[in-house]
Amino acid sequence: MFDVPRRDPVTRRKFIKGVIASGSVASVGGLMIGGLGGCSDSTNTVAGTVERLITLNVNGRERRVDVLPYETLAMTLRYKLGLTGTKLGCDRGECGACTVLLDDTPTYSCSTLTHSVRGRALTTIEGLEGSEGELHPVQQAMIDELGPQCGFCTPGQVMSGVGLLRANPKPTQEEARVAMSGNLCRCGAYTNYLNAVMRAAEVS
Amino acid sequence: MAYSLIGKDFTPPDVRAKVTGKAKYAEDFRAEGMVFMKLLLSPMPHARVTNIDASDALKMDGVIDILTADDVPARPVPQVPVLTNHPTYVGDPILAIAAVDETTAADALEQVNVEYESLPFCIDPLQSLYPGGPDVYEEGNSATLGQPIKKIKWTARDFANVKEDELPRGEPYAEWEYGDVENGFKEASLVLEENFVTAGHSHHSMEPRSAFAYWQNGKCYMHVSSQSQSFSMPWLAQALDIETTDLVMIAEFCGGGFGSKGSPYSAMTLPAFMSRKIGRPVMMRISRAEEYYLGARRNGFQGWIKIGFRENGRVSAVDLYIVQQSGGTEGFPDFSSAAGAVSLVYTPEAMRSKGIPVLTNTPLTTAQRGPGQNQIACVVEPLLDKAARQLGIDRLAIREINAPDNSAKYSGKQLPVSSAYMREALVIGAEKFGWDEKKQRSGQQNGSKVIGLGVGQAYHSAGGSGFDGLVRIMPNGKLHIHSGVGNLGTYSYAATSRVVAEILGCPWENCVIERGDSRRSLPWNLGQFGSNTSFTMSRSNYAAAMDAKRKLQEIAATDFGGSADDYDVADVKVFSKSDRSKYLTFAEAAQKAIEAGGKFSGEEVPDDIFFTTKDAVAEIAGTGLIGVAKDNLDAPNHVPALATGFMMIELDTETGKYEILDYVGTADCGTVIHPMGLATQIRGGAVMGFGMAATERIVYDPQNGLPANVGFYQAKPPTYLDVPADLQVAWVDKPDPDNPLGIRGIGEPLMGCAAAALLCAISDALGGHYFNRTPIVPDMIINAAAGKSQSYKPLQVANQ
Repeated sequence: MFDVPRRDPVTRRKFIKGVIASGSVASVGGLMIGGLGGCSDSTNTVAGTVERLITLNVNGRERRVDVLPYETLAMTLRYKLGLTGTKLGCDRGECGACTVLLDDTPTYSCSTLTHSVRGRALTTIEGLEGSEGELHPVQQAMIDELGPQCGFCTPGQVMSGVGLLRANPKPTQEEARVAMSGNLCRCGAYTNYLNAVMRAAEVS
Repeated sequence: MAYSLIGKDFTPPDVRAKVTGKAKYAEDFRAEGMVFMKLLLSPMPHARVTNIDASDALKMDGVIDILTADDVPARPVPQVPVLTNHPTYVGDPILAIAAVDETTAADALEQVNVEYESLPFCIDPLQSLYPGGPDVYEEGNSATLGQPIKKIKWTARDFANVKEDELPRGEPYAEWEYGDVENGFKEASLVLEENFVTAGHSHHSMEPRSAFAYWQNGKCYMHVSSQSQSFSMPWLAQALDIETTDLVMIAEFCGGGFGSKGSPYSAMTLPAFMSRKIGRPVMMRISRAEEYYLGARRNGFQGWIKIGFRENGRVSAVDLYIVQQSGGTEGFPDFSSAAGAVSLVYTPEAMRSKGIPVLTNTPLTTAQRGPGQNQIACVVEPLLDKAARQLGIDRLAIREINAPDNSAKYSGKQLPVSSAYMREALVIGAEKFGWDEKKQRSGQQNGSKVIGLGVGQAYHSAGGSGFDGLVRIMPNGKLHIHSGVGNLGTYSYAATSRVVAEILGCPWENCVIERGDSRRSLPWNLGQFGSNTSFTMSRSNYAAAMDAKRKLQEIAATDFGGSADDYDVADVKVFSKSDRSKYLTFAEAAQKAIEAGGKFSGEEVPDDIFFTTKDAVAEIAGTGLIGVAKDNLDAPNHVPALATGFMMIELDTETGKYEILDYVGTADCGTVIHPMGLATQIRGGAVMGFGMAATERIVYDPQNGLPANVGFYQAKPPTYLDVPADLQVAWVDKPDPDNPLGIRGIGEPLMGCAAAALLCAISDALGGHYFNRTPIVPDMIINAAAGKSQSYKPLQVANQ
């Protein structure tokens, strides 16, 4: 099917139902957010936008946040918790720029509903540094190998690398390549990122 | 020459922010009262908007206002409009709505009733060239960046005069010729004549061009995704009808551009216009699909080429005709750059070039890494292989015999080059790759799998001149280097800043780079595009550093006596050459510069610097020793960047799948300024090249003008699993005489050489089959391997 700008109303609810029904995504708008408590004067009057106060465990801290039923984790992190290190490259599970760790497992936060992660331990790029600002070995290795170019995909690459090493501390290069393959990099820094993950595995 | 910083690796100052998530891109900023805007995009490939009724939308709770083409300044046809009532492609922005949240804005767009009058459209440039064929604009159907629009129609005879499947070649938009082309063909032992198609494809920058803007106390604050900083300012200010001093442009990080964010673009201004209308900060998030429309793409070619070869493989003559699919707006002169590249890379004894950029009802096109040069590398490199096979010459040897050296000339004007070492780049690449040994494996079979080898070469121009440099030595002794070039992610902003530290003998740890925000007093610099930064910025930084050095010497001479030439600089000091105990620290000299005033502290500036540089100096005048100068160094020659790629693949003839077993990329870019940075460019360019050669292309429904691939998964940029884990690199490292430190640029041809190498390797694995088409996708490989005809017509576009 063709992806074209649509004129029919695409509410989040219809959108999600459509995805479930068809197994495919046709979108020009990406996923959207309503009721941005901190940023707008919305009073949640739009149909279906009732927020609920929930508690999330983010980077080892309890965070209380009002969340819409259809809100994605990426949007909650970026627009309600101020954690803009998590990037949106496609907002539909293709690129991996939004990768965070959910109980140590790399997860696309653009394709995860925030309500579904209550009670889980969330780690974002902002949660990797030590209390004294010391970098995680993957972060340090990314610097040493000059991994990032434009840097937009880097937080996602780092999170996938950290997730890999938590599950498999001494991966082979081929295992690392496969584990990182959910993260696109248009600058083509794959070799550098891969070298960084292997270097981090050596030192950690 | 021995340098203390140039040619050494270092950690660029912005890397840490990238690995910690602290690097802020345009969509990462917020402001009190921020609202969201969404765009209504044209559902038709070509139409006139006859009526817009937004009354229902504007009544909705949370909706703030609408912005239409009538609210923004019109741009001259065929430039990219901000908003339009004459959409020229599916996805052209027609209007925008601002609302308290994005869902409301999107819902409101659905309530806007837009009436369209559908107009005839064309996807294939040849349709527009037919007598009576559709035109994108009343004014014409052929245009390119900065050149006038023309209406060009070919005659029925032009179409009838060629063989079936041969490119018709009517009146061109532009042409040039040098040497005796006909005689060149007459003297040739082998003449090859081919028609070809190269597909357009998207830039796929990981950061969509989201933008955020607000107005405060008469100034416009813009957070944008831009490759270029100072270069963007005059255009943006003019677009908004404000002074450059009333524009605050923040673009410290850019999540990829590859040409699509090189110059300021219309969409960048949309939130600023909306914010000015509604008086609130406006965030415009651009979705991935929208990026495929607004984000521009590389244009595609339909072409015809005839090449004559002497018995030894030397190219005696080239005749080239390119029809370019330019999209709905002015586009970029790829056809012209492609012809220039042929003249330089293969040094033909005589050449004729004709080309026509044709406006089509497809998304706007703009420069993409090696615009024109890389498409033509994909055409000519496999053709060289075909010639080598027919002439019985080694495929490396045919490239060496035609390779450009310091005597090479560029384009129809036959401009001399500053320096060129393609042959050396071939030799070091071949050596690292092991060409002589590996070529024995060409065609080696293992079941359905067969080994193929390829070599590719590519070129892009690599530098400009005449821009300004600005440095400042502070009373605390720190050296501030003001860089207005931009930050595309190559780290060349930092590498070229090190030229200042090198000239002034200043430890890198004592330097601060001022960049990324127009409030940081940035000089007039060329944009970060066109592989120019290393050459251009090292020259302008050199000019500013020499100015600062002279001022340090003069201050020391005033203090200790003698002439300025009696003094030198090193170790954060200016000292007497004859008595090193006589010195001023940078801190002391800066203090004395402030006291001296005038030119020393920026109270007086050279007349020839650009007005934005003068404004920048005025902001910091009196705060330290100011070095500021225009790059007036000689720039007599065309500056080339050259690259080669060597590849071995294993191709499965039953599935069309292949694996890249080995790749070596080389660069000829003068003095190497930052080895690690160069290595990442060689590798990254190669990855983009693999996509260009084998997976990426636009696909259109010719019946309805609808795009079929507006997602990563449909348009297929390469992933980790599409490239080998290790990509090898090598470089020539010979200084260029037109740069004071011998530096040239390199970014773009590193993609073209890799694309060409892969195409050549695929052809080689299939016994030398020439495809006449890029990309080569698996079904083409299977058809070729099975000796079957392909599913497309030779000149068909946007269908693969």
